[in-house]
Amino acid sequence: MSAGEAIVRLESIGRAFGSVVALNDVSLEVQRGEIFGIIGRSGAGKSTLIRTINGLERIDTGRVIVDGSDLSALDEAALNRVRRKIGMVFQHFNLLSMKTVFENVELPLKLAGQPRDARSTAVWQLLDMVGLRDKAGVYPAKLSGGQKQRVGIARALAGKPSLLLSDEATSALDPETTLSILQLLKELKGRLGVTIVLITHEMSVIREICDRVAVLDQGQILEQGTVWEVFGHPRTELTRRLLRGVRPPLPESLVKALHQQPVAGGRCLLRIDGSGAEHYAAALALLAADPGWQTDIVHAEVDRVGGHPVGTVTFSVRYSEDAIRNLLARAERQSIDFEVLGYVCR
Amino acid sequence: MSADDIQLFAVALGETGIMAGISGVLSLVLGLPLGVLLVITNDDGVWRRPILNRLLGTIINVFRSTPFIILLVALIPFTRLIVGTTIGTTAAIVPLAIAATPYYARVAEMSLREVDRGLLEALRALGATRWQIIREALLPEALPGLVSGFTVTLVTLIGASAMAGAVGAGGLGDLAIRYGYERFETNIMVGVIVVLIVIVSGVQIGGDLLARRLNRRL
Repeated sequence: MSAGEAIVRLESIGRAFGSVVALNDVSLEVQRGEIFGIIGRSGAGKSTLIRTINGLERIDTGRVIVDGSDLSALDEAALNRVRRKIGMVFQHFNLLSMKTVFENVELPLKLAGQPRDARSTAVWQLLDMVGLRDKAGVYPAKLSGGQKQRVGIARALAGKPSLLLSDEATSALDPETTLSILQLLKELKGRLGVTIVLITHEMSVIREICDRVAVLDQGQILEQGTVWEVFGHPRTELTRRLLRGVRPPLPESLVKALHQQPVAGGRCLLRIDGSGAEHYAAALALLAADPGWQTDIVHAEVDRVGGHPVGTVTFSVRYSEDAIRNLLARAERQSIDFEVLGYVCR
Repeated sequence: MSADDIQLFAVALGETGIMAGISGVLSLVLGLPLGVLLVITNDDGVWRRPILNRLLGTIINVFRSTPFIILLVALIPFTRLIVGTTIGTTAAIVPLAIAATPYYARVAEMSLREVDRGLLEALRALGATRWQIIREALLPEALPGLVSGFTVTLVTLIGASAMAGAVGAGGLGDLAIRYGYERFETNIMVGVIVVLIVIVSGVQIGGDLLARRLNRRL
């Protein structure tokens, strides 16, 4: 991803419904060609946020700039022209039940006033792209959830948008189908160069396809950055909690053996949560520095996210009060963030 | 039943058919746009116009709450203005259509309101104009319900047309009153009832079948 120009720029936008603040001073930039994820719990304001990007949701304060045009300055007709260049896929697909798969995909082209012949060629291409050529004449009621979402994606891409908005597109799907839809999105991004902004409550979605992520809670952005940075160094409790689903817990046998108080002659468990090869290297070097600690790795799960190692490693070192104090002091100087999990007997 | 009786039935049936048919078509042509207007001008509609919405609702309620037999008489001056006469089959069509139009408007409104709001949002996201949203999503999605609703309206009209005998409109209801009731010809009375049952059942079954065939959600 090049640090090119922003295709979407939200400048401290705010939106309230009566006394309920849905968005509070939200600012973010989405770069052309990236997949940008917005994650948060339900009610965090994600839906409202993504809807401001195509003007489905009005804002009270701030500015929304998409592809250079300020949406709030546009009248309905101009806004419709911008919307035709922004695709959107929905959690519940929102396909027209009285139209066939073909007619659903054709709809955006029909709305834009394209002639029938051109429409037909384009629709067949789109159906090929999402692998549903053989379902062209079928009505949505006869499709599986994954197939419906493929139709939704084909429809969203029909207008050759430069931007695709995904509103919990995989939340109504089973894990396997979710994965295939995410793969399709990734593939389409590569093939068509379309920028994708998605909202989700699932960290796994972010980890699977996003380049950058913003964490939204109570209408505010808690943190944002590249996925591997946010995953590696979650700065807020909420992010950590959201991450819990995708990061492995300690093995149960270890949790059971864990004591809160030091055990004489026992060992201390230290965990690093981190990302980036340097981070792990520094931790390893530190723990190996004193043979007296008898460092051991008791549990590790390191995955690659966005090409960077991200995960947790749990070490055990021989416990003595002085040794631990000494070790943690040195770790702090090197900005290695050890978390003392507890103590175990030998 | 004599040949004369059969002749009577044929004429009455034709008159009922004309009254219910023409006023039915009129109620569809006038009531459907009203139903659409009621839905789109509503607070969550695609063309919010609260004042217009309330005004329309009130007018429709006024007509809907007036019993048909009263409407029939009250509308006599208006009927004369429109068709130039106040008696006969043609004259009955005017009050019938005027009674059925707000009725169908409400029925259509119910069907249109059931259209998934997510679909309308999807159309908005695609940059559809209001008219395109109505044409491509609202009306097609509500079609089976609109057909069912029209069937109900038609059945109601067949019933209401019996009252139109009061303005000398003829029809099956008039036949039953004049021959069956006033002249104690029980066989005519029974005949009318049987014919009405057959017609109403036919309309209902036909309407249900059509609605079912149009429904792609099954």
